[in-house]
Amino acid sequence: MEKKTKKATKPSRDGSESNIWSFLTQKGTAASFICITLFAILVRIAVSIHPYSGAGTPPKYGDYEAQRHWMEITLNLPVKEWYRNSTVNDLKYWGLDYPPLTAYQSYIHGLFLRYFDPQSVELYTSRGYESYIGKLLMRWTVLLSDVLIFFPAVMYFIIVYYSGIHEGSKSGRLWHFAMILLNPCLILIDHGHFQYNCISLGLTVAAVSAILSDRDIVGSILFSFALNHKQMSAYFAPAFFGYLFGKCLKRRNPFLEVLKLGLAVLGTFTVLWWPYLYSVEAPFEVLSRLAPFERGIYEDYVANFWCTTSVIVKWKRLFSTQALRILSLVSTVSTCLPSMLLLILAPSRRNFLFGLLSSSLSFYFFSFQVHEKSILLPLLPASFLAIDEPLIFRWLTYFALLSMFPLLRRDELILPYIALYGLFVLLYNAPVQREDTRETRSPFTTLKYFAIACSLLLHIVYLMVTPPRRYPFLFEAVMMLLCFCQFFFVFMYTNMKQWELLKLSSQTVREKKNI
Amino acid sequence: MSPSSSSSPPLKSSTPNTTRRRPKAMKPPKNHHKHHSDQTPIPKPKPNRLITEILWVSLVATCIKFLLIPAYHSTDFEVHRNWLAITHSLPLSQWYSDETSPWTLDYPPFFAHFEHFLSFFASLVDPIMVHLQQGLNYKSQPTILFQRLTVIVSDFVLVFGIYRLTRNSGYKERVLIWVLVIFSPGLMIVDHLHFQYNGFLLGILLISLSALEEGKDLLGGFVFAVLLCFKHLFAVAAPVYFVYLLRHYCRGGLIRGFGKLVIIGSAVVAVFAAAYGPFLYHGQIQQVFHRMFPFGRGLCHAYWAPNFWVFYIILDKVLAFSLVKMGFSVQTPTASFTGGLVGDSSPFAVLPRVTPMVTFSIVLLAIAPCLIKAWKDPQPRMITRWIAYAYTCGFMFGWHVHEKASLHFVIPLAIISLKSVEDAKHYFYLSIVSCYSLFPLLFEAQEYPIKVLLLLLHATLMWIGFSSHFTTTNRKAAESEQTRYNKTSFIVGWFGKLYLLGLVAVEIYGQFVHPIIFAERLPFLPLMMISIYCAFGMMYSWIWQLRQIVKCH
Repeated sequence: MEKKTKKATKPSRDGSESNIWSFLTQKGTAASFICITLFAILVRIAVSIHPYSGAGTPPKYGDYEAQRHWMEITLNLPVKEWYRNSTVNDLKYWGLDYPPLTAYQSYIHGLFLRYFDPQSVELYTSRGYESYIGKLLMRWTVLLSDVLIFFPAVMYFIIVYYSGIHEGSKSGRLWHFAMILLNPCLILIDHGHFQYNCISLGLTVAAVSAILSDRDIVGSILFSFALNHKQMSAYFAPAFFGYLFGKCLKRRNPFLEVLKLGLAVLGTFTVLWWPYLYSVEAPFEVLSRLAPFERGIYEDYVANFWCTTSVIVKWKRLFSTQALRILSLVSTVSTCLPSMLLLILAPSRRNFLFGLLSSSLSFYFFSFQVHEKSILLPLLPASFLAIDEPLIFRWLTYFALLSMFPLLRRDELILPYIALYGLFVLLYNAPVQREDTRETRSPFTTLKYFAIACSLLLHIVYLMVTPPRRYPFLFEAVMMLLCFCQFFFVFMYTNMKQWELLKLSSQTVREKKNI
Repeated sequence: MSPSSSSSPPLKSSTPNTTRRRPKAMKPPKNHHKHHSDQTPIPKPKPNRLITEILWVSLVATCIKFLLIPAYHSTDFEVHRNWLAITHSLPLSQWYSDETSPWTLDYPPFFAHFEHFLSFFASLVDPIMVHLQQGLNYKSQPTILFQRLTVIVSDFVLVFGIYRLTRNSGYKERVLIWVLVIFSPGLMIVDHLHFQYNGFLLGILLISLSALEEGKDLLGGFVFAVLLCFKHLFAVAAPVYFVYLLRHYCRGGLIRGFGKLVIIGSAVVAVFAAAYGPFLYHGQIQQVFHRMFPFGRGLCHAYWAPNFWVFYIILDKVLAFSLVKMGFSVQTPTASFTGGLVGDSSPFAVLPRVTPMVTFSIVLLAIAPCLIKAWKDPQPRMITRWIAYAYTCGFMFGWHVHEKASLHFVIPLAIISLKSVEDAKHYFYLSIVSCYSLFPLLFEAQEYPIKVLLLLLHATLMWIGFSSHFTTTNRKAAESEQTRYNKTSFIVGWFGKLYLLGLVAVEIYGQFVHPIIFAERLPFLPLMMISIYCAFGMMYSWIWQLRQIVKCH
């Protein structure tokens, strides 16, 4: 299938022989999409035979056990008890800390597991359950969610994104499809480490595509679903809000439009939270589970602002948790505000995609309790822009991978890490795109190679060298610093880009007026 | 997908038009599909570019192989680890007499030397791996990684082989052939899951074939002799090589021909001397041959390879059953055809017993038409077809054939699959059947989706590749010669579709229906059905190839 992408890409290289590689596109786009899809599934399955997080490490295990435990809880307890501490639901042992949709998803997956392997989801006795068939079934639940939600959403996005552009870019379209589907970070976290990001991200992709095709209400409902699957989807909220609000303002009856969207969102939330709306306290009880402030402003070594600057400023020691909460809230809002305002002023589709990227990055940098895995969220809009901004996309992917390297090493996922890294480099360089990146060979080239060389060196050093005893996390810190710099560069660039788009749009407005 | 999305204003144009004329150099223009960097069509691409491209394809495949490292591997893994240990810890004179492990060395000397070479690195990775006693059934992480990597790296011989074979063919054909061979699901299953070195060995075969196709007969013969000293199962094609080289290389009059015969003969003898000489010197040669040809094994492998003997066995059973029904007394055989030749008892109730000699003569007889062709008119362009046919005969009628042996002709046939629509159709069925017949090798749940996806991906790529290849060529033909368009385009006929659907039915029965009906009982039944069903496909392939060879001139 990458063959396919490659084939698809080749024609661009030698115009006259374009038929040669295009045999995959010739048979119709559907056939080539099927090929890429099959390949993407194959890669996911091949990754899933590797270990998951916390495999064979009692007593706490890892994310795999957390997800299994949620299935056990949701399957065996009534809905009201899911988020409540009790003798059978010890919230300290992987208590549910995601919104209701995750709980419903766990319930459905729990049914699937119970059908084939009842032991694996039995109340209490199944804690730390690990078996060959149990692992397979759990992996299958992720794969099924991925194929049923993320894949169609990406297909929808590609169709919408290319419905207006020139007909001939079939090969570029395929390349773009492969780039989004075969994002190494997402595959490693979902099918290696074990999580269900594909669901919330898939819902977000669907929401973005619906909005791009002017179905704003459907889009907002879908995004509400995403928010209710993982609260981290809020990283995109400013962009969604900014774009939809800006768009409504341009309509004839802005108030009505906003009202329609607001009702749609409210309605979705009501439906999803219905089991918890029986009293005033119940929803707050759930909400308090979703915001784990006691876990500190950052964990481990994540390449965000708080963690990186903590090398100099000891945030955790200087401020109380309460103060830090306010600090992080203020800084998050203030950094994503420019992008949101720019979106409200110039709500174009391109701007929307850039807005998604910059708002998710500002959340990644400044919000409370950010995890390494959260870099998946900025990566998603970056992959939307892969064909427009190949360099940014590639850059973000490379350093997102690096930033997750310590985590994946702990999970013993180095093999798939290397394989997917290689696969990404190969697919990215499938010739369709090459000319575009070549042109960016400017003053940054040396800097680029330097950063890549650093990253390569860090990988090797991290694997081979034991850190000095005084600084056991020296290499993690260096990685974090490097990644932070790169991410920050991307953040600045996207904001700049949005600013530029605003200027352009006001220019056209003026030109139109002059005419 | 959505009608309204197409009517809605195009995404890009919703942004101001000026986007496209932004002065910033950061974002290049988006015309990916019309680059005119290479102005003229180059009939022969630069070798550099060709190498980059084939490397690209093979590296993508390598990534997948890399991911499959922790997957299931068969006892062949331990076999090869034991060979590493034998060649590393023992002197050459004891390689073929060691019996520490039941997995004794039974490949020819060059392969032993190959293991010896690998064992040098293996001892650096993990010394216990190459320890004769301590290493038994040893499976540390580094051991698995190392052994898998040796297979992955040695696969580049295969890549070199295809590179040599396709460097002069058209661009489109070349790419398709790469895809067919490098992503061959059969090779993935056997080499990278089950664990063997077929890619490496087939690579040597392809190098030999490419030399023959180019007319470099001496090189071709030499490489084939080397191959035989790596794995003697490839010797099935030796008669074809012999006749072809005799008629094609040793031409030009009696004296000149004889001179050439001496040259090529001495080259081959030199190779064999290098391989077997040391063992002759140590007085081990009998032991070596005893190991290499274990005729103590039965007619069929534990899982019957889908070949002619499946029909023979079934016929015997049916006859015995009906004779008993008719009142004759038939003695139930005590021996099994998968076991060895136990005493004088025959595993067959009614039909005559089959001995290695019988299978040997039948194979030779089946190859005969091809030998006659090669004798009459030795043409380089036919050699791949002939060799593939010879391996097919070996597979169909040979003694104790493994299902894996079907790779020996499926891979070479990929090279000629684009010669005509007929070839493409035949290859389409054959490669699916051959891959499917390998399914029982991986019987665990974890690998089930992998093998299915590999086959599906292969079939889809093949279908897309063949149909677009043959429609385009034919559109041109149709315009110029006004031949009928449909007749030459790649279409899977109703019979073919029915047969492939049957495969799906057999699989569904074995996986889902059988466990429901019989639970744990009759575990051999699904396997038998796969063998029988695939044997039909293989038989068809054999007959088709035979017809093609007889017809061609």
